[in-house]
Amino acid sequence: MENSKKQMLAEKANHIRQHIVTEVHSAGAGHPGGSLGIADIMAYLYFDVMNIDPKNPKNPDRDRFVLSKGHCAPALYGTLAERGYFPTEDLKGFRSVDSYLEGHPDMKGVPGVDMSSGSLGQGICAANGMALAAKIDKKDYRVYSILGDGEIEEGQVWEAAMFAAHYGLDNLTAFVDFNGLQIDGDITKVMNPTPIDKKFEAFGWNVVIADAHDFDSLEAAIENAKATKGKPTVVIAKSIKGKGVSYMEGQAGWHGKAPNDEEYAIAMKELGGN
Amino acid sequence: MAEKKATREAYGEALAEFGAKHDFVVLDADLSKSTKTDSFKKVFPERFFNMGIAEANMMTTAAGLAAAGKTVFASSFAVFASGRAFEQIRNAVCYPKLNVKIGATHAGISVGEDGPTHQAIEDIALMRALPGMTVISPADATESRAAVKAAIENDGPFYLRFGRLSVPQIFDPADYKFELGKGIVLSEGTDVTIIATGLMVQEAIEAGKILAEKGVSAEVINIHTIKPIDAELITKSAKKTGAVVTAEEHNIIGGLGSAVAEVLSENAPTPLTRVGIMDKFGKSGKPAPLLKMYGLTAENIAEKALETIAKKNA
Repeated sequence: MENSKKQMLAEKANHIRQHIVTEVHSAGAGHPGGSLGIADIMAYLYFDVMNIDPKNPKNPDRDRFVLSKGHCAPALYGTLAERGYFPTEDLKGFRSVDSYLEGHPDMKGVPGVDMSSGSLGQGICAANGMALAAKIDKKDYRVYSILGDGEIEEGQVWEAAMFAAHYGLDNLTAFVDFNGLQIDGDITKVMNPTPIDKKFEAFGWNVVIADAHDFDSLEAAIENAKATKGKPTVVIAKSIKGKGVSYMEGQAGWHGKAPNDEEYAIAMKELGGN
Repeated sequence: MAEKKATREAYGEALAEFGAKHDFVVLDADLSKSTKTDSFKKVFPERFFNMGIAEANMMTTAAGLAAAGKTVFASSFAVFASGRAFEQIRNAVCYPKLNVKIGATHAGISVGEDGPTHQAIEDIALMRALPGMTVISPADATESRAAVKAAIENDGPFYLRFGRLSVPQIFDPADYKFELGKGIVLSEGTDVTIIATGLMVQEAIEAGKILAEKGVSAEVINIHTIKPIDAELITKSAKKTGAVVTAEEHNIIGGLGSAVAEVLSENAPTPLTRVGIMDKFGKSGKPAPLLKMYGLTAENIAEKALETIAKKNA
């Protein structure tokens, strides 16, 4: 990837991270850890990969995105605002009664949200439905989704995995945000979903391993997915939960906790914001 | 009279018929021969998708198809459609108000021999509690076809409740008029109102005849749309007769009887008796003796009607 593009994406990802901590701090609640961990993937998808137009968010030919790990709504909202779907100012209303920014993504209320999500294990199925619709309508739009590594403990994910391979949904790319942590701790201790790659492989998927914080690695994964015919692609994206905020990195405790004023100031300083 | 036909049969035929004019997709969870969606599959194989035995995935995939602009019918037995996939229907279909039409067959105890695990007795209660869900329980083949048409022509989530059993044709397709959310007065009366849905409509009609022989004038109403319910018609009739009996092939908790009780207690408190499954599970057996065992008969409705009339005079 060209350096200029890489720089642009890094800048966008940094803004998204600032939005994330601002949203969660304003709300006094929310999920900063996982949101920060997917910020680079979100920046890459929304500022380079996806065929979208914030001025025409319902364009039937657009690429779609479903945040299967819906609790990372701060990352999705931060990305959509940064991309111009709605004012960044509105992010401060996140989770408040007067705002349209619900705690989990709401497709009816938030411009740019393609599917409501939040109940784990379901977003990937909805993404499959969209990918199937593209096949039925002979359209060439692509569908992207991000799952949590804890989320794949849901049995419905594997029903979806079987389905996507059975119907050859090569227009679908799913990311597994592999940060190794879920609410109650280390995923291998809570309910070990590994080996993730071998499971998807056995279900008939094209499997790519990537670094969730390296744009070259993400680019290679997407190119691999686009070149793969006849089967869906899963990108197992190794990530750091809380990436970008030193005291949140690798800490399960920051899965669903808001920073206080002091912690917020530190986070924003580290992210180069005000 | 036309020959008997199961409402599920009419469902499959309606899908095949309307599929020619409307661009919907049909999903099934390995029960297409029983739910009768195979009638659609035969004509439009490119718009039929077998989801395998995975109802939860079926419902959320249906939501995704709908989010991408499709109208989707998703079918399974009522137990699995409404129960196994309840939270999927709640969060992925109803919350975003998507065009997913659930064709739930084998509702009620008339499923028969398969027994309680396969007999949905609580599905109306579950579906009725979901904001934005329209719930239709057709009484015969004519009404089933109309219900499918209404589901296609109206936006949002629908739950269509069909039975396994062949049932007599009550309505002549030539002059039957279906209005979503409007009950149908089958016979006018002054002493008691019998409100029935689905399989029990035929029994309610027979109950009306039994009562007539005893000199009792029963008003028989068919409620095909359980949600939104026809509060106006129910209130008007209750005020006229002063006694109401409901009849449904469903638990008396949460179904038609409850819906009517809600309407009456807020608008026209009236003595009411609910005929239905008395808060217990079904069992295996031939449908006819099962229905008798559970009191889902014209005789029981007539008896309850007389008891309810006695209450109003007490």
